[in-house]
Amino acid sequence: MEALAMGGYGAYVWSSFGLTLIVVIICVVQVKRRHQQVFSDIKTRLRAMETDQ
Amino acid sequence: MWKFLHKLASPPHFYDLSAKIIPWFVVPGTILIVYGTIAGLFYAPPDYQQGDAFRIIYVHVPAAYLSMLAYTVMAVSAGIGLIWRIKLSHAVAAAAAPLGAWFTFLALITGSIWGRPMWGTWWEWGDPRLTSELIMLFLYFGYMALRAAIDDTTKADKASAVLALVGAVNIPIIHFSVEWWSSLHQGATIVRADGPAMPAEMLLPLLAMILGFSFIFGALLLGRVRSEVLFRERRSRWVKNLVLSSGEQG
Repeated sequence: MEALAMGGYGAYVWSSFGLTLIVVIICVVQVKRRHQQVFSDIKTRLRAMETDQ
Repeated sequence: MWKFLHKLASPPHFYDLSAKIIPWFVVPGTILIVYGTIAGLFYAPPDYQQGDAFRIIYVHVPAAYLSMLAYTVMAVSAGIGLIWRIKLSHAVAAAAAPLGAWFTFLALITGSIWGRPMWGTWWEWGDPRLTSELIMLFLYFGYMALRAAIDDTTKADKASAVLALVGAVNIPIIHFSVEWWSSLHQGATIVRADGPAMPAEMLLPLLAMILGFSFIFGALLLGRVRSEVLFRERRSRWVKNLVLSSGEQG
């Protein structure tokens, strides 16, 4: 428990690490989402073109 | 060598190769960050002046480093794209911007959280290091807004490349700000003429964090460039074949 208190600076240290984790997770999710988005947009467009023909 | 580079810059080849490379960035990156976090939080000795608050350095410095690395990648790629008209390089520049913005935001926030107990303030207007880093955040926003405002990808590439290059002047300003002007911000810790101002138990986790975050940045960047390439090549035969032959994802 004493190690977690960080000599009274616990709130500052842990919030910094927590925010870093959150930002990294957001970045990873955004990369995956963006890829799926682009992929499915192209697919929809190609399907639409196929039905036109 | 040129043949290899030419092949690498070909979109379908890049798309396949990057998918294979990404795990080679994610695995060592994750290992280094896990080690750096545990060693930095629990095994490095507390700083003689700052106590345990100094441990914020293990996330603040990598974030600040990546914020500048991303801008450098963005400006250099944009410049290469502008001069040699390599499409892939514009894709890299466009992909680096949102990541750079996130890490700049993180550097500012963790710096602010660190500043509160050490300097007694969350933010100091006019401080050269803080202000130049904030300007970089706005440069990223401006770059992304400019790209979003121009529908034609080629035109967006050119216009945003000019902005990226002009804004690059801010990079040396951020780096040298603590030397050129008086700043609340402490000076350099690692890269110094007389060697790093830290014992090994403090320094090694920091180096591991910087390297680990760089690997993760590399993986994120490659991932973003892949989407960017796919979008730009949406009318090409290889993308059609790829999309139609796959299930939900590729």
